Parts: sequence; C-alpha cells; structure tokens
Amino acid sequence: MTGLVTSFGSGAMTNSIADIVRGARGFFVIGSNTTEQHPVIGMGIREAVKQRGAGLIVADPRRIPLTRLATIHLQHRAGSDIALLNALMNVLITEELYDKAFVGERTEGFAELQAAVATYTPEATADITGVPPALVRQAARLMADLRPLALLYAMGITQHTTGHQNVLACANLQMLLGNLGVPGGGVNPLRGQNNVQGACDMGGLPNYYTGYQLVASQEARRKFEAAWGVTLGSTPGLTVVEMLKEAEEGRIRAMYILGENPMVSDPDVNHVRRGLERLDFLVVQDVFLTETAKLADVVLPGVALAEKSGTLTNTERRVQLVSPAVSPPGQARQDWEIICDLAKRLQKEVPQGLFAGWNYRSPAEIMEEIAALTPSYGGVRHERLGAEGLQWPCPDLDHPGTPILHVGRFPRGLGRFVPVDWLPPAEQPDEEYPLVLTTGRVLYHYHTGSLTRRVPGLMELYPEGRVEVHPDDALKLGIADGGVVRVSSRRGSVTARAEVTQRTQPGLVFMTFHFAESAANVLTIAALDPVAKIPEYKACSVRIEPVA
Amino acid sequence: MTFEGLQRRARDEWQALSESAVPLIQVGTATCGRSAGASAVVDALREALQREATPALIMEVGCIGLCFAEPLVTIRKPGRPAVCYGHVNPERATQLVSEYLLRDNPLADWALGTVGEGRIEGIPELFETPVLRPQVRRILRNCGFIDPTNILHYVARGGYTGLVRALGMARGQIIDEIRRAGLRGRGGAGFPTWRKWQFCLEAPGEPKYVVCNADEGDPGAFMNRSLLESDPHSVLEGLLIDGYTVGAREGYIYCRAEYPLALERLHNALAQMREQGLVGENILGSGFSFDIHIKEGAGAFVCGEETALLASIEGRRGMPRPRPPFPATSGLWGKPTVINNVETLASVSLILQKGAEWFAEYGSEKSKGTKTFALVGKVKRAGLIEVPLGITLRDIVYGIGGGILGDKRFKAVQTGGPSGGCLPEALLDSPVDYESLTTAGSIMGSGGMVVMDEDTCMVDVARYFLDFTQKESCGECVPCRLGTKQMMDILTDITEGKGREGDVELLQEVALAVKKGSLCGLGQTAPNPVLTTIRYFRDEYEAHEQGRCPSKVCKALIRYRIVADKCKGCQICLRACPVGAISGERRQVHTIDVGKCIRCGVCLEVCPARFGAVECVTGQ
Amino acid sequence: MKTLRLTIDGVTVTAREGMSVLEAALEAGIYIPHLCHHPDLKPVGVCRLCLVEIAGRGMTISCKTPVEEGMVVKTESPDIELARRVAVELLIVNHHADCLSCAKDGACKLQEIARYVGIEEERLQRLRRTTRSLPVDSSNPFFLRDPNRCVLCGICVRTCEEIVGASAIDYAFRGYATVISTLGNRPIVQSRCESCGECVARCPVGALVPRQERNPAREVRSVCAYCGVGCGLYLGVRGNQVVRVRGAAESPVNRGRLCVKGRYGHGYIGHPERLTTPLIKRDGRFVEASWDEALDLVAARLAGYRGDQFAALTSARCTNEENYLLQKFTRAVMGTHNIDHCARL
Repeated sequence: MTGLVTSFGSGAMTNSIADIVRGARGFFVIGSNTTEQHPVIGMGIREAVKQRGAGLIVADPRRIPLTRLATIHLQHRAGSDIALLNALMNVLITEELYDKAFVGERTEGFAELQAAVATYTPEATADITGVPPALVRQAARLMADLRPLALLYAMGITQHTTGHQNVLACANLQMLLGNLGVPGGGVNPLRGQNNVQGACDMGGLPNYYTGYQLVASQEARRKFEAAWGVTLGSTPGLTVVEMLKEAEEGRIRAMYILGENPMVSDPDVNHVRRGLERLDFLVVQDVFLTETAKLADVVLPGVALAEKSGTLTNTERRVQLVSPAVSPPGQARQDWEIICDLAKRLQKEVPQGLFAGWNYRSPAEIMEEIAALTPSYGGVRHERLGAEGLQWPCPDLDHPGTPILHVGRFPRGLGRFVPVDWLPPAEQPDEEYPLVLTTGRVLYHYHTGSLTRRVPGLMELYPEGRVEVHPDDALKLGIADGGVVRVSSRRGSVTARAEVTQRTQPGLVFMTFHFAESAANVLTIAALDPVAKIPEYKACSVRIEPVA
Repeated sequence: MTFEGLQRRARDEWQALSESAVPLIQVGTATCGRSAGASAVVDALREALQREATPALIMEVGCIGLCFAEPLVTIRKPGRPAVCYGHVNPERATQLVSEYLLRDNPLADWALGTVGEGRIEGIPELFETPVLRPQVRRILRNCGFIDPTNILHYVARGGYTGLVRALGMARGQIIDEIRRAGLRGRGGAGFPTWRKWQFCLEAPGEPKYVVCNADEGDPGAFMNRSLLESDPHSVLEGLLIDGYTVGAREGYIYCRAEYPLALERLHNALAQMREQGLVGENILGSGFSFDIHIKEGAGAFVCGEETALLASIEGRRGMPRPRPPFPATSGLWGKPTVINNVETLASVSLILQKGAEWFAEYGSEKSKGTKTFALVGKVKRAGLIEVPLGITLRDIVYGIGGGILGDKRFKAVQTGGPSGGCLPEALLDSPVDYESLTTAGSIMGSGGMVVMDEDTCMVDVARYFLDFTQKESCGECVPCRLGTKQMMDILTDITEGKGREGDVELLQEVALAVKKGSLCGLGQTAPNPVLTTIRYFRDEYEAHEQGRCPSKVCKALIRYRIVADKCKGCQICLRACPVGAISGERRQVHTIDVGKCIRCGVCLEVCPARFGAVECVTGQ
Repeated sequence: MKTLRLTIDGVTVTAREGMSVLEAALEAGIYIPHLCHHPDLKPVGVCRLCLVEIAGRGMTISCKTPVEEGMVVKTESPDIELARRVAVELLIVNHHADCLSCAKDGACKLQEIARYVGIEEERLQRLRRTTRSLPVDSSNPFFLRDPNRCVLCGICVRTCEEIVGASAIDYAFRGYATVISTLGNRPIVQSRCESCGECVARCPVGALVPRQERNPAREVRSVCAYCGVGCGLYLGVRGNQVVRVRGAAESPVNRGRLCVKGRYGHGYIGHPERLTTPLIKRDGRFVEASWDEALDLVAARLAGYRGDQFAALTSARCTNEENYLLQKFTRAVMGTHNIDHCARL
C-alpha cells in the first residue's frame, strides 16, 4: 500500500473486479494464488481465459492451480520478484514495446527507470530468478500484446523485506505498459481479509488517520484534535511486530486486541507469546477463545458478522452494508457498543469537539462521523449503499463512487517511476537450514482457522496442516508422502505431515498457517520491510527431517 | 522441382515398370488382404523367388475389392497381360512361382481374370467377369494397381493434375465445376458439396479450416479404409483443392486409430507431398500455402458425426452439438469449416482432373457419379464395389454379389450402416440413389450394404443394430440416450418371448419420437432398422408376439427335438451336446431335456444329413 | 440493442436481438418446457424438450434458435407433442422417482415439466422402467451426488466449466451408461472439485443436493465474512440459525457466485464454543463475569497505561464503524498512535 502511495499518490486496487474479469485482454498474476485465496476472483480469471480467450501470465515459485491455464508460468525463486519484474521491464524498454505515449504524457522518472533496469537483462537475472531468459522475453512480448493487461498481486509480493519495493516494481511495470486508468488494467492488490481494506481506510494504522490522512501531517492532526477535542501526537505509532517487540522489552504494558489472533497469524510466534505474556494487562475482544484470548486478563465476547450491522470495504474499495441476520448468543454484545461503553468509563468528562462524544445510536451514525472526517468517504451513508455499495473515493452525497482510479490523472499528478533494486531475502539458506520456506493459505481454510476449523465439512476436506515438499528434496531427505516431518528454523520447530508434490520447486517448501498445532509462524522470521513494516512470511530458511 | 518435372519422373518410372523385363508380382496387402494372410504370401513369394533364383519384382498394392477371393496376387510377365489370382496361400504362391514364372503354366484354375492387353487361354478378362462387369471403377481406379506408398505412381496416372488445374482457376469457377458435376456428400447425408463450400467461402471469420472425415465407424463398412490404404493421394489432393477453394490454410484428416495402416499410408503420403512441395508454404509456386494435420480418433462411432468430430479435434469429448450453426459458418474453434468425407474428396480430385461432364456421365438425375459400397453379409461375392448411382439393388446383390450364399432366399438388404433401414425383396428393383433410399425408409449412409437371407430374424436384426446404436450414443440428448435403450429393451423382450400387447405400436411411437427429437444424425437415424423392419416385416413381429420366431433364431422361442422315427441312436448328438441335455442308449431313440438345453444347435449340426433326426421348432 | 417483434402462438412478443426464442418466450410469460437451459450458461440443446415449430423451418429447439424479426413460432403441434411427451416419459421411467424422499421435491424441474406435459400412469406402465441403481457419491461433506436422479442436462458440467472454470466434471461413458463423472470416475473429493457448490445451486433435479441445508424462513442480504473479495450473499435464517447461504446475483462483485467457504463455511456462527459472557482471569483461570464487572476492571486497569505504554490491535474482520471507533479510542482516549492490525499478515 505504501508502494502505491509513492507511485500514484493513492494505495488501493486501482480497478474493479468486474472491469478486470470482463475487460482485461490479459492477466499478470504475481504472488497471488488467486483461485485459493480469492476464489471468486479466481473464477472470474478462469472464465476470462477459458470463455473469451484472455491471456494469462503467472509468476509464482509454486505451480499454483492457475498455472494450469496459464499461457506462461514464470516459476521464479521465492524472493526474486524484483529481479524478474526488472527483467521484464528491461525487455519492454530494449525492444521498445512499452507504451511511449502513456510514459510521455502521464509519468515522470522514465530515464531513471531505464538506467536502473538496464543491467537487469533476462540473462543477467536468470541466476537469481531461475527463469529461462527466453521465457522472460516471451512473457514481456505477450504483455505488450495483451492490452489492457490487469496486474494482480497479493501477499506473495508484499510479505517480503522488500515488499515495498516489490509493489513499486509492479507499479513501474504497469505504467510502462500504459495499463493504468483504463478498464481491464491496473495494479490490483488483492486484500486478504473481508475488511482489511476498511481497517486501513478507517485509520487502523499507526501512521494514518482515516482515509490515509497522515499522522505526521499538521493539517490532519489539527482536524482530528478539533473533532475529538483532544491533543494528538504527530509521531506515528508502532506496527504489530514492533508492538510485540516493545512488549517483550517491557515498554508496552497494556494491550487491547479486537478480533485478531497474533498467536497464530504473526511471524515468530514464540516471540509473540513472550511479548503478550510480559504485558501487565491484556484485553481480547473476540467471538471465540482464540490462542491469543487464552493469554488475556479479560475476554470480552463480541459478535459475528451475521449478527451485526455496519459496513465493510472490499478489496476493490467497495463499501458494502451488512445487516444482522441472527441474534448473538448469550450476553455477547455488539463490538461498537463495547468500545463506546469502555470509552465512556475511561473518559469521565466529555471533551469539547463536534465528534468528541461516544453516544452513538447506531453504526449508521458512526458512518456519518467517518464521512465528515474522511474526504474519500465523504459521500458514504448507510442508506446510500443499497445492493451494490459505493466505491471510494466518494467525496460527496451526489458522487456515484469511483470504479477505476487514475483515469486521466494520478492523485499526485504524474505517475512516478521509482526504480528499485533486487535484494536477497533477509535470511538465506545455508548448510544448517538449507531450504526456503514460503507460507500461504489453502482454499478450505481461512487465516488462523478460528472460523473454518469450526466448520466440520471444511475440516473433513482439509483436516490438517501439510508441508509441501518437492519430490527431489523428498528423495534426498528420505521423506515419504504422508509421512510426519519436523520443520525447523532458527526460531523454532513444528511437526506436520509431508505432501510430496511437484506444486513446489526443488529447494522450496510450503506451509499454511491455518493450524495452530503446526503453525508455520513458529518458523517465520519477524524481519520487516523497513517502509511498509510487513514481515517476510514468504521466505525464510528451514531444515526438514522425517520423524520416526 | 516443377510439377512438370515431377510428372516426367513419374511417367518414366511408371513406364519402366510397365515395360519391366522381369515379371511384376503385385500382392494386395491392404488390411483386408493382410487379415486373409497376404503377408505370409509375400514371404512365401520372396522365399520361392530366392530359392529358384529367378528375378521378379514384388510390389505391395492396395485392394481391388474382391474380398471374397483374398489374398489376391497379380502376376504380369513381360509381354503378357497380368493375371489376377484369388485365394492365394503360401503353398499356392510357391506353386505360382514354380509353375507360372518358371514353366509358363498360368494355372488357369486359380486365376480370376486377366488385366491389360492380350488374352490367356482359359482365363477370362477380369473386368468382364460378373463381379466387375457392372462396376465402374473411377474412385477405385488405382486401388490394387499402384504402390500406395509411392507418390510417383499416383502422379503417373494423372494425379495432382486436378490440383494444378484448380490452382489456375478462380474459387468461384471451382465451386461451379463441382456444382455442374452434381457431386453430393458421400458421407451419407448427400448434401451438395459445392453448396457447403460456397457457404464456407462466404462465411465471415478467419482462419478457415477444411476437414476430411475418415472416421468410418459403421460395422462392416470399409470403403474409406480401403481407399486410404490403396490410394491415399487421391484423398489428399481433394483436401488441397478443398482448402484452396474455401480459403483455408490448414486441413485436418480425422481418421480412427483402429486404422493403423491407413494412418501409416497417410503419414507417408504427407511426407512425400512435403518433399515435392505439394503441401506447406507456397504450393507449386502458386502462392497458396496449406498444411495438413492427421488427427487420430479413439473409436467412438459418434465421432463420425461432423460436430462431434470437430469437438474431438479440439480435444474435447466427442459430443455433437445442434446445428445451426453449421460448421461451414462456425466449425473448428468456431471458425468456418468444411467437412468432407474421404470419398467426396477423392471425387473432387477426379472432377478437377477429368471435368464435371465426365464425372456426371454416370448416375441418376439427382445423384451423379459413382459410389463405392462395402457389400457384405450373405452374398456369394462380398467385397468393395464401385457402381454408378441409380443401379438397382438387384444388380448389386445378384449381379455383382452373385446372389445369396448357399442359394438360400434373399430376405433383406440393409443400406447405410447400423442406422440404415432393412429393405425387402419387393424393393430389390429400386434404384440406389439418395432419394429412393430415403423414400424406402433407409439411407445411403457412407456405403455399407448388408445382405440377409431367409435365416435372418428381422426382429433380432433390429435388436442387434439398436444394441449397437444405443451403446454408441454419446448419451447427451434425451431421446437418443433413453429412446434407443428403451427400444432395445422392448426388442429384447420381444425376442425373448416377453413382449407385451401393444409393444409394436409403442416401438413405433418411441422410434418416431427419437427420430424427430434427437440432436444429431445418430439419433435421427438409429430408429430406421426398427421402423423398416416393422414396415416390411411386421408379420415377424406378430409371430414373435405369438411365441414364434419364423427364422428360428431367437433362442427363447425355439426348441430342438429329436424325431423319434428318424433317430438311429448313434449318440453323435449326445456326445456333442455341451451341456449333457441329450440322453438315450445306443441304438435307442434319444431325447433332449428341454430344461437343460441351451439351444446352441450343435445337435442339429452334427446329426448326419442322412438321418436328419434333429429338428428345430418354434411356437406351440 | 435492437428490438424485434415475433409471434408466439399468435401473441406478439418483443425481444432483443441475440435472444433465443426460448428466452423471448419465457420473458413474455410464455412457458416452454426446458431442462438443460440455464440463464447463466450457454445453451446446448441436449434435453430436446423446448421444441417449437417455426413457420418455414419446421420443428426445432427454441433454446438455440435466435429470434428474428417477424418470426412465427408455435409451441404446440402433434410432432412436438409426440417428441416431447416420449422424452419426458423416458426421463421419468429412468429416474428414481421416490419424490417425497427427494430434497428437490416441489422445486424439481422434472416435476414441473411432467405436470405441464401431463403424465399418464397407464402410458408409463407400457415403458420398460430402469432397474439400475448406481452408487451415490457422498464423499463431499457439503453435497451429495445421486446419479440415479440425474437427467444429464449438463448444467453442472457447464457451470463448472463456464462459471467456475475448475472443469472438475464432464460426461463420461457412452449411451445409457453415460454419467456425469470426475476424471477417472473417482469420488468428487478426489477430483479438482473446489466444493464451491455452484453446480449444486443450479441442479434442476435431485442429483446434486446440499447435505445440511434447510429451507430458510427468511433471508438477509449480507456480505461474506471471509476474504477481501466481499461477495454479496443472502443468509437464509430459520429461527435464530443460519441454515443456508446463497450468492446475491445482483452483486457486481460476485454476480451470485460463491466459494466453498462463503457458501458452506457458516457453521461457526452459532457454534457452541462461542463466547457468551465476559471472562476475567483469576489465578490463571477464566471465570465468568458481568459486563459491568468486566468493563469496570478494564477501564480501571487501562487508566493506568495511557500514552505509549498502550497499544491496540484493531481488526480486519470487524466493520468500518468498529475500526473507526477503536482507533478513535486508542488515539483520543488512550492518547497513542499505537494502533495497527494484521493488514500486512
């Protein structure tokens, strides 16, 4: 997200699902196992490929299901994305296949980009990516042919120490191809959770207020100080991984966790545990007694989505309304009411400010406050959302929403090419930990499994965490398909059943993080992207051995 | 090399062959010959020639079509007409070498006839024999006379001049030529070929494709196989002309994998064409580029249906789809496509080589030219025949076929494969053309012709063909999938004596619903055997309803019994009975235990004719 | 789009160019029996039930015939009657017709067609009824596949191919033995099937039926609780329980489609392990508490950690309103920017 802000001045999926799946002549899917992680978009891509002959280029270290339909599969090594993307751009520039008109009229920094990717020839990068140079050339030419081409990525791009740069490289590529501001094109990060976009939009970030108004901006700070009647700092706060580190070191002493399960989802879980255990006071508000909730001092029962009303913002910036279908069990309370109740107990005197109080009558009223303080949500009201919702930016009540960003102009004016260089992942395989571990999800489970593991059918279809190992490695290490293996990294070790499969490539093992008992995140490294502060889930070094 | 250069070389080679100073021995080694033992004959000939140290040239050729006399060997000694021998086995082959080649005794008794100028005492001219005299050999002109693996032989006999002529013509002119020839599709439906081409030519969409349907699936039909094995270039030339005319750059031949020799011959022919610049880029310098792919089918009968065939080429399950749109506007990969049968394309080559008028010399008003048939069943001389359209069924069955085996009575002839109708004696004088056959309730089909004699039960025949079509139905559309099965179940009940009142009417009703409602030709024609047997042989259905099978075929309705006053108690039948159903002391009258008897009929077969003590009876 | 006029059974009907005669008739409220037609899918014309007669052309299937200006269509004739009635009768005698124990009873297309065509028991008696009984595939926890109730309309095959793109099933074998099958005719869970249930949602008969679903008493429009795609759906509720989920066709996001989690993964909602009361940890064990107790305790403790000793994790699974409130709480009440969530995880 920070990457797209740098390039375009706004960080979100640029296009809409509908215009991509119906309008793109080609797809470039990198770092997204779309059919398993975003199945309905995956269906749309497959429909486009099979029913109307759209082209598909997949870049992924694993043979993900989409590769079966792909015109070209670039099976690059985990963590070599920038080398690959730069090589593609190298070909586009060398062979003059890029969109000169778009680059000339709508971008700046082309000369720098040209200089930066000059050394990234397909030949020079082949050692890093493992992709044959001819295939890179073929892919670049195909991309130039298939316009508009939609670029889709997910955590496979962002969850690296170079995640921020990876995103910049994606943006560079699409600007070079002139695929921005048009239906069927765009740089499209697919967001993982149902309201991850909304949580970001709502200022659930240490450096932003709502709508990406910077904490560091004086103007924004004044606005929120006035609205809430308080004094606010101008230094961004801590990110998750930093918080837990600070907690471990005793500087963070109390935490409030709403509906998250860092004990499974966060990297280096042992370190997370130490951090949470060290706290003086931990409150967890959730619907189940999760691994994290078990460590809490107080657990507050919230409600499930089917029991609440409010809005969610999906990956294409569409704000949608949900209404309660069933009533919550026992004394579980609406999450918004819990927060308000608590705020009122802590704020003995209500400060002076238009939005300083906590006496909301409904989520709709909260949205009115959000709209008043957030330009991109300015026109969002519950009663406007209807069956289709509204896509932000929607600055006022008459605005119909914005299906495609950057039509004719970027928020920052010209799109900016920011050249990036390839850097190896933070941890390199060595003699002791010779394999690279990458992590992800499977179709039948979701995130930390706290919901899907309580659906018996899903458990029947996918009962336990597995470690995907390539047959070459399995042979070398004496690992049998279905046999139990121990996977160890510098941070810990877990056991799980092995699945010997050609989906992965030699030297690479894959695990999901849905299962706490074989939690991949015991192994992952809490190395952060220095800008976006995203942990490197997609590459760390491990060792694997059969358990007798 | 220019085409003229190729022709010169071909003529030189052909001349050298015809003026060969050593004897030329041609052995028919198409699939039919091979299954009759032609390969062993070739080995025996080679061995004999080597042993006798006599020079001679052995050439493996295709099939003349005289299946009843396979294996066939034709020997031409310098200065003499060629002599065609039938029923040649390795011993006879050896004798032919020692007697005819070395001692000049032509062994006239084994000879079927002579070919070429001159006569040999005691041997008729082959083409004047009853089996060949009524035939007009045009499509099959080269079959059995040229080496099918040698493109020069084809060229020497006028091959590829049709293509050369076409390349000098405008597309419209070619279509007009085909139109004037009156050529109709030889795959069965009889749609005018020129019109199909015209539709495709005019259809929007690029690229266009042409496809040769060589998925000959009718049981007992082998016209296409024989032609592809014996003269593959005649089909390929037609495909090139087809492609040129409609503006295609690619053509497919869809041939069933069960035809390995035909496929081998096609691959070989294609390689030779490539060598000679007859396929690929800029054919013969004309600017016309065209390539041919050979696609092997996996043996589904329904893949002979053109839309199912296209699905199969595309790599999908071979299932037909409704037309329109017709392939000419939306065919292979949705592009305009012409699909022609093997024989149609061979006819196209001929029309372009010899002209429309020449082609239309033969045939009837609406059905022009000649047509090949696989004449099989209870005829004396089964084989691959070529006749002018309009010839009568009687001329085929009694003339070419020589009448019914064992001089039994003719009962029916089925034309057009398993979906054809069974036509009775009363229709023997009707002409063989598209319209007459349809009126009679049958179809031309691709050219199967099965002759049945008095020992054939027509209800059982209908059941037999329905068994085939219901198994080969693609299963997609309701009337065909369930209707053919229903008809077969009813027919099975009838033949097992379990028929119910009103079954014949029910059969007719279901048959009509299937005919009218089915998606493709398979279902639309599958009821034909049922409808025609009811129409022409209803008495047999009624007999079955009363528990009788007049032809004594349906096991549930027959019994074997021993006639007491004829039985000599010889125990031959007793010993032969596989289930021990016969009892009786020596020289005592035997009896058959009806409960044990499986109605295999062995007792009847083994009972010495002079006793004739076992008889088969049906009914009460 | 061009509008055309045609006559169906003497009634003048307007249709849009590109529509089939069947679609035009259905839109005009004229029923033509059909089994393999589905509005989401390309027509294939395999059930052969939507026969009509078109002046000048004779009998044809209406689902594959594009409308033309001035076309004159009849939906009844002796030939249509015969072909259609026999086809329906054949379907029935080859179908396990134990309707009352079928989940599709009442919503079954075959029943609907049979009622329209008019089935006489006497006629059915004349036909040979199937004695075949094929095994039911119960390998998938969410739905059953019963080939004995399958009419081979191919809607599931086309759904999987055209809409889902997984192509897990196709026709297999020939003739009467034809079935809808996975590769190698293995149980559905051993195939490429992604258990999305799109085929189940479209099956016109009882061949593909959900295992746990029940008909809801009411439906509530909602959004899927799982990934960021945000598919629109309807939660079907009976009593206080979600008993069925279906995709919202009007949602521009998913156009009615759902994945396995969205359609079938709702079992957690009323799960017995749900937290129903606040819990306070005393001596290492959780004890139930009232809201006042719990919130007073939390307020009292948090009051001591205002500023940067406090941090909050908000949730990518909660609503915008809730996220807004928690960051407002963190910033305005607790006085720190230490707020984050798992956006990056």
